[in-house]
Amino acid sequence: MYKIIKKETLYQNIHALWIEVPEIARAVQPGQFIILMTKEKGERIPLTVADYDREKGYIDIVFQVAGKTTKELSFFNEGDYLYSVIGPLGKKSDIDFFGTVVLVGGGTGIACIHPIARNLKQAGNKVITIIGARTKELIIMEKELKEVSDELIVTTDDGSYGKKGFVTNILKEKLDHDHTIKKIWAIGPPIMMKVTASVTKSYPVDTIVSLNAIMVDGTGMCGSCRVSIGGETKMVCTDGPEFDAQLVDWDEFMNRMNRYRKAEERSLQYYENHIKRQGQGEV
Amino acid sequence: MAEMLPLKDRIRLEQVPMKEQSPDVRIHNFKEVPLGYTREEAIREAQRCLQCKNPTCMRGCPAEINIPLFIKYIVEEDFKNAYFTILNTDALPAVTGRVCPQEEQCQRECVLNHQGKPIAIGRLERFVADWARENHVHAEHPNNMNNKKNLKVAVVGSGPAGLTCSADLAKMGYDVTLFEALHKPGGVLVYGIPEFRLPKEIVEYEVKEIEQMGVHVICNYVVGATEGVDDLKKDFDAIFLANGAGAPRFMNIPGENMNDVYSANEFLTRSNLMKAYRFPEYDTPINIGKIAATIGAGNVAMDSARTALRLGAEKSYIIYRRSRTEIPARLEEVHHAEEEGVIFHFLTLPIQILGDKDGKVTGMECIKMSLGEPDQSGRRSPVPIEGSNFVLEIDMVIDAIGTMANPIVARSAQDVEVNRWGYFKVDETTKMTTDEGIFAGGDIIRGSATVISAVGDGKSAARAIHAYLSSGNSLRKK
Ligand SMILES: Cc1cc2nc3c(=O)[nH]c(=O)nc-3n(C[C@H](O)[C@H](O)[C@H](O)COP(=O)(O)OP(=O)(O)OC[C@H]3O[C@@H](n4cnc5c(N)ncnc54)[C@H](O)[C@@H]3O)c2cc1C
Ligand SMILES: Cc1cc2nc3c(=O)[nH]c(=O)nc-3n(C[C@H](O)[C@H](O)[C@H](O)COP(=O)(O)OP(=O)(O)OC[C@H]3O[C@@H](n4cnc5c(N)ncnc54)[C@H](O)[C@@H]3O)c2cc1C
Ligand code: SF4
Ligand code: SF4
Ligand code: FES
Repeated sequence: MYKIIKKETLYQNIHALWIEVPEIARAVQPGQFIILMTKEKGERIPLTVADYDREKGYIDIVFQVAGKTTKELSFFNEGDYLYSVIGPLGKKSDIDFFGTVVLVGGGTGIACIHPIARNLKQAGNKVITIIGARTKELIIMEKELKEVSDELIVTTDDGSYGKKGFVTNILKEKLDHDHTIKKIWAIGPPIMMKVTASVTKSYPVDTIVSLNAIMVDGTGMCGSCRVSIGGETKMVCTDGPEFDAQLVDWDEFMNRMNRYRKAEERSLQYYENHIKRQGQGEV
Repeated sequence: MAEMLPLKDRIRLEQVPMKEQSPDVRIHNFKEVPLGYTREEAIREAQRCLQCKNPTCMRGCPAEINIPLFIKYIVEEDFKNAYFTILNTDALPAVTGRVCPQEEQCQRECVLNHQGKPIAIGRLERFVADWARENHVHAEHPNNMNNKKNLKVAVVGSGPAGLTCSADLAKMGYDVTLFEALHKPGGVLVYGIPEFRLPKEIVEYEVKEIEQMGVHVICNYVVGATEGVDDLKKDFDAIFLANGAGAPRFMNIPGENMNDVYSANEFLTRSNLMKAYRFPEYDTPINIGKIAATIGAGNVAMDSARTALRLGAEKSYIIYRRSRTEIPARLEEVHHAEEEGVIFHFLTLPIQILGDKDGKVTGMECIKMSLGEPDQSGRRSPVPIEGSNFVLEIDMVIDAIGTMANPIVARSAQDVEVNRWGYFKVDETTKMTTDEGIFAGGDIIRGSATVISAVGDGKSAARAIHAYLSSGNSLRKK
């Protein structure tokens, strides 16, 4: 059993949990993720390690309520225990000195870019961070990211905070004006990553995306997370999660993200009925 | 107490059949298909055993079970001692009694096999193990553990190889820690083999019994990710690698990444380990089409095709590129599948999976095959018949064409050499790898094989580890 040390609600549907798992805290590297189960009857869901404290043995995850499991997870509090946590999984980000790098984060992807930004900064890069969300309240971790970036740009779709527009528009402006940019990380909803890939295609930069494929084991055993990269089948959990954005077969990837749409709705409904009967979120 | 029959009577008796759920009932549930012997049936079958002076049956049992002795106890209705006799060498009797390919192991070597009616050794073993579980009879461990040694062994992977090796070492007094990547121990026994062939409750029970012996089972620990083998070397005196051959193989044909194309590993893991057959009570979903096509004809394929039927597929096909004679699955499983209505398409090779733009499968283009000359394995190799292409209407696919080595563990063990397929190189008898003090066994040294060969490896490795450690060697001293 894995103890929750601290819970923080960043915005209505976005929460952060610090979990005590010393073995993972010791080994984790930027870009890696864990798989957790809330309960024995639960599903195995992957979440990126947004931060870690090696000495205390804690890891931090930031998640957005998307369906049944993340909803249930949002009811977990300090002192509660998770049934299973494994990791660190996947390959670490390719941290090196490149010159100027841009990190683009959308939604909970904002949390995922934090450890990558910090390490790129420590490696001597000039770090430009662009984060975006639908509206002001959804912008998370602004302070933490500011600390590890040379420049931080915030965008909102509705213009309620920062610049109005999509992260990709800002990215394009940057690429047109700053020719020292060598590498870009874009992490967020699939559609954001796909659009980023098409924007950066005509520039002489490498674009890395972190794919959030549907997983089961997370160790290369099942093939659920497979994607086509440059025409070859790869496992996101062991070959990824980061890949060259220009090589991803986006249509196939986005189709596969919809595999269980109907069942997911049913699962959430079943759970919500269950909560209603119990009167509250049950842990 | 039942009596020993005179020899001439024993030889005349027929094997006692085992009752089963009827096919039309069982395709609607996940309960076990064969129902097991009753007490009377078990005794009747046991009475047929000739109690050979030179029991050839034992040559066929890698678990080294004293077969005539446990059968004699059954005749005497002393089931407790029958159980202890089996448990003495086999830590997983309810499992091996069910899924060990007995017809190719002990029963093939039984003298009565010449007349085509060998003793049903596996069924008797199953009876004894089930009796002990139902009657709460537990092994009598030397709980004082006066043979306790201050030496630590790490075992990686909790399939039959890892469990057996752990149990044998614990009995010898070693301090054993078993690391498992998944949230439940058992390996293929829990994630692969379906409930209707091997109830998970039984695996759980036998694992608990092994834990009772003092083995520390640590789940949710991915060796090679959480910690590498080379890190474990600092904390343990010897290591046994038994991580199985768990990576799925695909056909590499167009359309294979469409939405309802599963590897057997994913399909069976969702259904067995994650219990998708009880969705939404359990959270993990699984998709079932109207017509499921399973590619391959081994045990894994039979399990997949039969699972698809139980989950609601109207038709379930087996697509196999060779003919009936070459089927690699156990005959019993093929027979069960056919009884349940699984339809076999022989001499058929899929060349493309067809679908729409949303990734939904609509059909499978296949080509007919003919059998050519025998290949190295002695099997006649299939050759495509040009122009025989046709489209099968199906809406889901399960690839059950085999597995291969998963490199996660090997990558974290620098001095352990692998062969060109990624399997660990070991010494035939000691199972020692190229890194002294590290041993390996089960599917990860030879590719997907059987439960009983994994058990056999676990036993030889335990013996070799004991020899290695008792002569004063240790990884920590190296
Ligand atoms: C490597 C990786 C890292 C991730 N990191 C984060 C993160 O840091 N924060 C965050 O909020 N989310 C992250 N995700 C996505 C997160 O796993 C899903 O939101 C979660 O599984 C949804 O589960 P659910 O039951 O709440 O919703 P569901 O209703 O089951 O699903 C909602 C959507 O989530 C996706 N999804 C469903 N099941 C899975 C599954 N088993 N594995 C992956 N995706 C699934 C599907 O696209 C689905 O349509 C990550 C995914 C991956 C693969
Ligand atoms: C569907 C199916 C049906 C079968 N039916 C039969 C049958 O009827 N009869 C028969 O004799 N054989 C059958 N087999 C074959 C048999 O199950 C295997 O040969 C046997 O289980 C191999 O045992 P093992 O101990 O080597 O590995 P496995 O059973 O594969 O166990 C390996 C374990 O190691 C764990 N592991 C892997 N990597 C790591 C890591 N990095 N860190 C920690 N743990 C790790 C895995 O999660 C797993 O639990 C079947 C196989 C399948 C898939
Ligand atoms: S373990 Fe297998 S080979 Fe050994 S006696 Fe039992 S059924 Fe026969
Ligand atoms: S060979 Fe057959 S008859 Fe002889 S002891 Fe073994 S099981 Fe009994
Ligand atoms: S999640 Fe199973 S192979 Fe990646």
